Amino acid sequence: MLPLLVLSPYLLIPAAFWLGGRSVRVAGLLALWPAALTLYFGLMLRSVAVSGPIEASLSWAASIGIDLSFYADGLSLLFAVVVAGIGALIVLYGSRYFGSQPGAGRFQATLFAFMGSMLGLVLADNLFLLFIFWELTGFTSFLLIGFEHERPEARASAVQALVVTGLGGLGLLAAAVLIEQSTGAAALSSLLGLGLNLANGEFYPAIVVLLLLAAFTKSAQTPFHFWLPNAMTAPTPVSAYLHSATMVKAGIYLVARATPFAGATPLWTGLITGVGAITMIVGAWRAVAETDLKRMLAYSTVSALGLMMMLLGVGTEKAVMAALVYLFAHACYKGALFLVAGTLEHETGTRDITGLGGLRHAMPAAALAAALAACSMAGLPLFLGFLGKELLYESLLAWPATLLIGAIAASALLGTAGLIAGVSPFVGPPRGGAPEHRVPAGLTVPALVLAFLGLFAGIVPGSVELPAGLASGGILRRPVDASLSMWHGFTPVLGLSMATLALVALLYAYRDSLRRRIWPRSLGSERLYTATERGLDALSAWAAPRLQSASLRSYLLVLVTTAGVLIFATLVFEGLPGWPAVMDIQPHEACAAILIVAGAISAVRAKSSISAVLSLGVSGYGVALTYLFFGAPDLAMTQFSVETLTAVIFVLVFYHFRDFGSLSPWTDRLRGATVSVLFGGSIAVVLLFVGANLTPFRLANYFAEMGLPMAHGRNIVNVILVDFRALDTMGEITVLATAAFGVRALMHISRKERKNG
Amino acid sequence: MELILAIASGVLFGTGFYLMLRRRLAQLIIGLGLLSNGANLLIFTAGGLTRARAPVIAEDASLLVRPFADPVPQALVLTAIVIGFGVLAFSLVLAHGIHTMAGTDDIDEIRSGGG
Repeated sequence: MLPLLVLSPYLLIPAAFWLGGRSVRVAGLLALWPAALTLYFGLMLRSVAVSGPIEASLSWAASIGIDLSFYADGLSLLFAVVVAGIGALIVLYGSRYFGSQPGAGRFQATLFAFMGSMLGLVLADNLFLLFIFWELTGFTSFLLIGFEHERPEARASAVQALVVTGLGGLGLLAAAVLIEQSTGAAALSSLLGLGLNLANGEFYPAIVVLLLLAAFTKSAQTPFHFWLPNAMTAPTPVSAYLHSATMVKAGIYLVARATPFAGATPLWTGLITGVGAITMIVGAWRAVAETDLKRMLAYSTVSALGLMMMLLGVGTEKAVMAALVYLFAHACYKGALFLVAGTLEHETGTRDITGLGGLRHAMPAAALAAALAACSMAGLPLFLGFLGKELLYESLLAWPATLLIGAIAASALLGTAGLIAGVSPFVGPPRGGAPEHRVPAGLTVPALVLAFLGLFAGIVPGSVELPAGLASGGILRRPVDASLSMWHGFTPVLGLSMATLALVALLYAYRDSLRRRIWPRSLGSERLYTATERGLDALSAWAAPRLQSASLRSYLLVLVTTAGVLIFATLVFEGLPGWPAVMDIQPHEACAAILIVAGAISAVRAKSSISAVLSLGVSGYGVALTYLFFGAPDLAMTQFSVETLTAVIFVLVFYHFRDFGSLSPWTDRLRGATVSVLFGGSIAVVLLFVGANLTPFRLANYFAEMGLPMAHGRNIVNVILVDFRALDTMGEITVLATAAFGVRALMHISRKERKNG
Repeated sequence: MELILAIASGVLFGTGFYLMLRRRLAQLIIGLGLLSNGANLLIFTAGGLTRARAPVIAEDASLLVRPFADPVPQALVLTAIVIGFGVLAFSLVLAHGIHTMAGTDDIDEIRSGGG
């Protein structure tokens, strides 16, 4: 049941494509399935809480030990609920956002493909299966970022995201291989169930670095964060779903998942905490500098991802709880803000924050959703964001003050960005073209649902206690005290929360001058990426013409010189085998050989085309005679007729190639002659000594015995061709037929050419 | 005898290759023809030589009696001769077409877009 349900979004792709392209109302119905999945995973979470993780698998690639095996525990179900739940809202929103535009069906179909991949990612048991889904999410993300593929910047961003996350994906694959090498297990259930720790095993540092490369690229951690703001060329529903709520959290999931068996070492903790903290600051700093609404939200997502990463690195009970509560809170408020941003752009045609204002009357529902989401993002009491921030501060109290100060600064900047994105477009004097009609419910309801969820979960913290507690227990491998409450009394943490709010108010008031003063404008990592890309382009532009000169002569020279050098090197290093026993020489056979040699040499020296053709024919007849003398009458017959035919055709065509004088300077000819002599010589030597190492007649004996009883033929060569190896002969006939078609077509072209010219 | 055939085959390879390095289209094709004959002779000789004993079962026998020429390289070579002919005919017509269009049979001139 579980595997089928995980993969069910894939099964719905055709339906999504078909329904999505029809009317808005029908497309909205598609949201019912992810909604049902949300309910299912929610219920499963309850049963997992009682009876422990669930495993289920379908046989797939059994020969390489990879099945469609899934593992559902608190952590994976928490993610699955988010993926399916927000997925349902996005499908609904998307049906309205795209209306009946062309491409609506393609959008819904790709969205379902992503949903299936993301569910697979968070529920996969086998590490290699996880890798496959990981790459599939990257691929569907590529398709969705480049959704408006007519725009060059959309294509460039899509490629950039694919390259950066694909690099991490390779890291994940390598890490999976190393994990399997060092533990013998590739299934998460056994890695977790056995309570193994890789830290004592081989390859540990390499595994950590590779795993974290995957997690950091996917979750847009500094210095790989630049792809995420660029990915905002995607349609807004995609940004809300993939690039804020789900896919970018795959790195968080991976780190959380691997913590029990790879964590708790200074390398792990240090890397994750450090990179997470830097990302948190960089993202928040850049967020308030942006004027593009979506890029601002993207940078704040980068910051939030860094924050969660840092908390997982800190790794105490409080910190892990904080990360998971934050994950929920962020999915709700950022999803809502993105959806509102999409609605704003959809209705007013702009998403430049300086050009939007006073829209609260024109779109009251969107304004309400945005305000609620901004409050949660700023961490106002009663909202889930407040709970997350309290836990964040509390878990950092015992750590070096720099982390705490960084967290406070990032929270203040994030809160400011939240207010700028969620409040400033709706207050003040009206700016930007207000829509004349009512904003359709499909564009506001999903945002309202998410925004209210953030408030509801803040007021009733019990609703997130179960999943967050279960998931933290899964990460820490011990039962966790998951009780959350809004009010802890007058503690230092409360003071810090209030100080942060004051800071948010201050920064928001001075937001315009803050934006101007942000420095530096960007980090070098994107420039490094671009420079690498250009460098590779330049390298291939330099190397390709040298390696691929499109000149037959240089290819031939390289090939033949290589072959000749290898043959001679083998002969020199291995030594010549013993002198072969050779047959005596009969005069008539010698004559045939002389014909071959004389013909070949005269073909080279020929001054006219006719004499060259005749020389080729003479040489060919010599070969045919040789066949005849050594027991191959069939070959001789064929060779005679082919030579004759060739000569006739040549004479007909070579009428046009009358001149045969040499065009190349003598140096070229000398070089060609030298290589040719060496090549011919090495062939002769090899052929001579091959005779000394003849394999016995095994195949010949088989055919000799079986020719009559099995194939009912007395001519063994014929029997081989038309019976034992009949398929080869059919291939040969096909080649000949193709050549005949080609000849016919070419003749036609040149005849037309001649008529025109 | 193997020595002589080895030399003959080497000459076919060498001359064929030399002609393929020349600049005229026609020489390229003649070279191709020599090279494919050389390759066929190489396979034939490498399979071992047997004089005048074709691998054909006599009317009054039910199987081949030794000595007989190895039929396996013969089957290979027979296929190769026919395929070689097809390739040669095709490249000949191709060269003819190129010559008609470009107005020259100098490969370098055709490559540089002249003619």
